[in-house]
Amino acid sequence: MLFEDPVFGSRMLTLLTLTFHVIFATLGVGIPLMIMIAQWVGIKKNDLHYIMMARRWARGFVVLVAVGVVTGTAIGLQLALLWPNFMELAGHVIALPLFMEVFAFFFEAIFLGIYLYTWDRFENQRKHLLLLVPVAVGAAMSAFFITTVNGFMNAPAGFDIVNGQMTGVNPIEAMFNAATPTKVSHVVATAFMTSAFVLAAVAAYRLIRGSDHVYHKKALHLTMKIGLVFAVAIALIGDFAGKYLAEYQPEKLAAAEWHFETEREAPLVLYGLLDEERDVRYGLEIPYALSILAHNHPSAEVIGLNEFPEDEQPPLFIHYFFDVMITIGMWMIGLSLVYWFAIRRGWAFAQANWFRWLIVLGGPLSMLAIQSGWWMTEFGRQPWIMRGVMTVQEAATQSDYVGLMFVLFAGLYFILGVGVVVVLTKMFRGNPVEKELAEQGGDRS
Amino acid sequence: MSYEIIGMAVLWTFLFGYVIVASVDFGAGFFNAYSLMTGKQHILTRVIQRYLSPVWEVTNVFLVFFFVGIVGFFPSTAYYYGSILLIPVSISIILLAIRGSYYAFETYGARGHRGYAFMYGATGLILPASLSVVLTISEGGFVELTDSGPHLDYWALFTSPLTWSIVVLSVAAVLYISAVFLTWYADRAGDVEATKVLRRYALIWALPTIVTAGGIVYELRSHNVEHFESLMNLWWMFAISFIFFVASVWLIWNRKKYGVAFVMLIGQFAFAFYAYGISKYPYLLYPHLTVFDGVTNDSMAIALIIAFVAGLALLLPSLYLLMRLFLFDKKYVSGKSK
Repeated sequence: MLFEDPVFGSRMLTLLTLTFHVIFATLGVGIPLMIMIAQWVGIKKNDLHYIMMARRWARGFVVLVAVGVVTGTAIGLQLALLWPNFMELAGHVIALPLFMEVFAFFFEAIFLGIYLYTWDRFENQRKHLLLLVPVAVGAAMSAFFITTVNGFMNAPAGFDIVNGQMTGVNPIEAMFNAATPTKVSHVVATAFMTSAFVLAAVAAYRLIRGSDHVYHKKALHLTMKIGLVFAVAIALIGDFAGKYLAEYQPEKLAAAEWHFETEREAPLVLYGLLDEERDVRYGLEIPYALSILAHNHPSAEVIGLNEFPEDEQPPLFIHYFFDVMITIGMWMIGLSLVYWFAIRRGWAFAQANWFRWLIVLGGPLSMLAIQSGWWMTEFGRQPWIMRGVMTVQEAATQSDYVGLMFVLFAGLYFILGVGVVVVLTKMFRGNPVEKELAEQGGDRS
Repeated sequence: MSYEIIGMAVLWTFLFGYVIVASVDFGAGFFNAYSLMTGKQHILTRVIQRYLSPVWEVTNVFLVFFFVGIVGFFPSTAYYYGSILLIPVSISIILLAIRGSYYAFETYGARGHRGYAFMYGATGLILPASLSVVLTISEGGFVELTDSGPHLDYWALFTSPLTWSIVVLSVAAVLYISAVFLTWYADRAGDVEATKVLRRYALIWALPTIVTAGGIVYELRSHNVEHFESLMNLWWMFAISFIFFVASVWLIWNRKKYGVAFVMLIGQFAFAFYAYGISKYPYLLYPHLTVFDGVTNDSMAIALIIAFVAGLALLLPSLYLLMRLFLFDKKYVSGKSK
């Protein structure tokens, strides 16, 4: 049987479910904002193209939301099924944000239903815009609440353990733990950025494939600008996240940076390979950068991994995830900046196919960065499920059937994944924007 | 009032909400598939799709609410039920995933895909069965505490008559609730044909529902005497439930006031469901876990109750808006406006 060890099996099934869910959760948080902005721009400029953009995105969004909802339900239940001991202990402290997340989701679900099925009922587009506000707010709020739970697992707070018993529980303190500010802002901003770049990728793809319609150009322009704003914001937030790690989870930062000895003037290592003596080869060293990242001072002392007992050290491969995330983030800032500059200056290459292919590639790359970031943060707190309080070993179920469930869920996600691709392709290929605009009473702009 | 009781009342109410909205949803899926098979889909599919599409997500939230709430108010349930339910709940998740994706995929992509519609219909019958297993387990007798945690005796579970009675009841009740609701909905839409078909389904499923419900009380007498006795103490609640049942069947039989009939049906299930819930007190999992050992600490209980009240203040008006737009809007229901 696959995964004899239920602990390892539970980890792998959680990894599988979350990795699949994060794709849809990210787009689920980000796209409502894009729809809202498009609708708003459409009203302000009185431009049918943007209203149409909001509609078309919303239609695709429903399919993504459906999968997001079912995989979200899956992970919600799997938390108790695979990690019963963890939920029993942590339930005393973090039930509040979990509960509130459901409220936010409820709120979003109700208004999304209304928004989608009242398209032609309101004459006034402004009323329709108002319906989108609770959808976008609800989506961002669920991200906020659920991320505080993850923050809690990284930086447990709001309770004391006295003789093995939990006392003095403070739900609010647990929610606003040390990890919450950087984590929440990072998660929400990356969701916005990724959604913008994914939608930009779609627009760029349509332009490459021969549709030279001004609609796609407008869509590309809007999303690239939004993407640029959030990409820059993320770089700033990422810097704060680094400082948070140095202060509260130095072992994660040290493992991600292959920083073994505690020292001043610590360099930042990018890329490279690690040999068996823990020497970095082919790495790119930026002097002082880690000290600056961690403490804003080139000669500040950064704690090394050797300070921690061996069985509490995170795996060293998280360095690669860190590199992937940072590299893609920087690349996307560069790409969107070049696009914006080139369009303003009227440089021809911004309209060239090779440049548009780079934009198309940017969509999946941003999603890969999201995944790498999550893998880094999650593997980076091994062996803990709650840092310093409970290990994954103590938390997992002892059931013999985890391996079997892994196979079942892998099959489910495969079918859902294929379904999404098939449905989305059908939906937009069969109904290009030119046709829909014609049906909506001609191309006014 | 103590936090345990507030917690139980809140959770039981949400579970009841889920039972009603999910029954409508599950049953509708089944009738939809059945009408495809018998070539009557032109009569039913439109009515069913019209009601279900805007609300399927909301249905799902009721369930999420319940399980997040129970872990919040009673964290120990995560340990007991989490450890033993890996297989039945995983199967339920997969079936729910098929249903959840159906609306989106069907509405926008594979419209009229027969295979998917059948699978969707089948899940409407298997899901109540796989979810109601949890109720059977909570009666006790199937779980053994060992050093490595609680273990579920699948063999005892599958060979117990109680399990199968509860499964049959859940399926019959789902079809009954759904048929009554859809009769009302179709009648409001002025769809005479659909009303006729659905009214017949409602009458067909009324009898099995009430017979199996009575049967379970009988089963419990041999399975869990303590629970049976506390059920008997609440006989008057079941009597009221039965009167509601007779009233709603009478209305449907005489083709009168389907709306009132549906309200009567809610009354019938509410009384039976709450009587059953009250009679289980104080056990969450007989006899291992009671609400007293399971309940969360005071500060979390207060925080949850505050969040709950605040959340309701936000939700109830929104739900009302949703219902006004899709349930009570005559133009929408009859298909005259999108």
